[in-house]
Amino acid sequence: MLRLPFALMVSLRYLREGRMQTVLILAGVTAGVAVIIFLTTLISQLQASIIDKTLGSQAHIVLKAAQALNRTTLPADQTAAIIQPRAQRLRAIDQWSAVAQLATQTPGVLAVSALLSGAGFATRADASQPIAMMGIDTQAYQRIVRMEKYLKAGRFEVSGANAVIGVELAKDLGVTVGDKIRLVTMDGRNDLFSIAGIFDIGNRDLNRRWVFISVKVAQTLLDLPGGITQIDLRVADLFAAEAIARPLQAQTGLQVESWMQSNAQLLSALNSQSISNNLIRAFVTVIVAVGIASVLVVSVVQKQKEIGILRAMGASPQRIMVVFLLQGGFYGLLGSALGSGLALGLLNFFSRITRNADGSVLVSPDLDIAVVLSACALALGVGLLAAALPARRAAQLDPVQAIRV
Amino acid sequence: MGNIVELRQVRKSYGEGTPVVTEVLHGIDLAIAEGEFAALTGPSGSGKSTLLNIIGLLEHASSGQLRINGQDTAQLNDAAITALRGRSIGFIFQFHHLLPGFSALENVMMPAIIDSGWPSAQAQDKAMQLLTQVGLKDAAHKRPAQLSGGMQQRVAIARALSLSPRLILADEPTGNLDTHSADEVFELLQSINRERQSACLIVTHDARLAARCQRQVRMVDGQLLPGA
Repeated sequence: MLRLPFALMVSLRYLREGRMQTVLILAGVTAGVAVIIFLTTLISQLQASIIDKTLGSQAHIVLKAAQALNRTTLPADQTAAIIQPRAQRLRAIDQWSAVAQLATQTPGVLAVSALLSGAGFATRADASQPIAMMGIDTQAYQRIVRMEKYLKAGRFEVSGANAVIGVELAKDLGVTVGDKIRLVTMDGRNDLFSIAGIFDIGNRDLNRRWVFISVKVAQTLLDLPGGITQIDLRVADLFAAEAIARPLQAQTGLQVESWMQSNAQLLSALNSQSISNNLIRAFVTVIVAVGIASVLVVSVVQKQKEIGILRAMGASPQRIMVVFLLQGGFYGLLGSALGSGLALGLLNFFSRITRNADGSVLVSPDLDIAVVLSACALALGVGLLAAALPARRAAQLDPVQAIRV
Repeated sequence: MGNIVELRQVRKSYGEGTPVVTEVLHGIDLAIAEGEFAALTGPSGSGKSTLLNIIGLLEHASSGQLRINGQDTAQLNDAAITALRGRSIGFIFQFHHLLPGFSALENVMMPAIIDSGWPSAQAQDKAMQLLTQVGLKDAAHKRPAQLSGGMQQRVAIARALSLSPRLILADEPTGNLDTHSADEVFELLQSINRERQSACLIVTHDARLAARCQRQVRMVDGQLLPGA
């Protein structure tokens, strides 16, 4: 005979006696835990991949010079005036290195990169294409956007007269790595560049427009000596971007935009996904709790007489309570172990039958240990809580009444 | 020899605090000596079972004094009463009340398991001895449902003896057995009483068996008849 303490021995025996009930409720808890783990893993992986695809080629926060506004000298009342919005010329950020320093020191900011961008054309022979010149410091910019990841040919190298262009522009101009193109600005300044690398950032428009050159060369071409038009930031916690952006705006007086503003639709899509996931989790949890509680309530009624006998033999109400709490805990614990296994199986199956358009895996069959542990803790807690009410009822039974039934 | 049980003016009413109060025990004075073998007889509804439950600490008396082993039970809290019940009193019910999910051996061990919180090898040996004594050594690993009524009651007797209680309370232990099994069970109780010197108080309707007890306590309408 296995020597287990009284409460454990009795509760395991009760579970074994009510085999059908035990199997059914275990199946319920298993399914519940599996749904929670599977959905959470699936949704967090999908969200991570959407975020990675969308934000991989973007800075999390962008600082730009404030918009130039009209100043009216006429009294605002009584005077009829048509005020046209001012055209925004290319303006450098005032004291940009102080701003960059402030941004670097802001908690939560991982990387800072200064950028000078302006409009122009890329020409080769008779072909010419409108472009955005991006004057960057290679190393600083790589910390914001991992350009090497998107590189199709050559190197990401813009020092001297090197330029890096997108695949679409390369196609339009019929050039490849090592070829020369000429970049021309609106006021006619121009220079000859040799193509060091070609990137594919996953967005046709950007692949056609972005031309990376060194910041020094860009300053000369765009006639902004020492100037910078934009400061890019990368933050540690994506969803804290807005919270970091607002104080920066207040401190610098610049136009500060986080990805959460510029991709408001993506953000609301992610939010509604998270909300629906939480709703499903909450409902499943409630259903599991109700299932466990109802099985145990029935069990207490069925076992009323035996509870009375145990009490008559000297078992204290507390011990009777523990007998039923343990059953609830057991449902939760075993159910979550089985549920984790089922979730892993489902993820494996799902990762095999679904693929992205480019053939890469949509879902990887990896369980996040934190998700599994929290689901197990939840199931255990729900099991114990659901058992509390029936266990109290069992403990409060009057032995004489219980035996007479 | 001292008294294992002493009752003084014990009353019991049901429905207290409601308009209909029914007093079922009207001032019972009773003493049971150590090692005594007594029968408690009387018509149905005379309050025998209630008296037995009060002596067995399963129910509280409404008033009066109950001493077990010389200890006034009114002074004890619930935990102490539960412990006293488990250790000094062995119950045998009319319906054996064995736990259906456990083997005969486990049922016999159960009071010891409850007492220590853990099944010990010692408790198992003792339970095996008791089963041997009641003639059920071979049925030790059978479930109650696999045993006959007489056998079930003998397992229940073995269980009542598990912690060597000094008082055994039996509520119509032979009530639903045939004459032959009833005799066997009764003789078993007698031999236990002789060998272990445990006092026995047996509620019975069977005048034939009651006559074979050392002492008969007769009860009518919640009162003991004189001469008890």
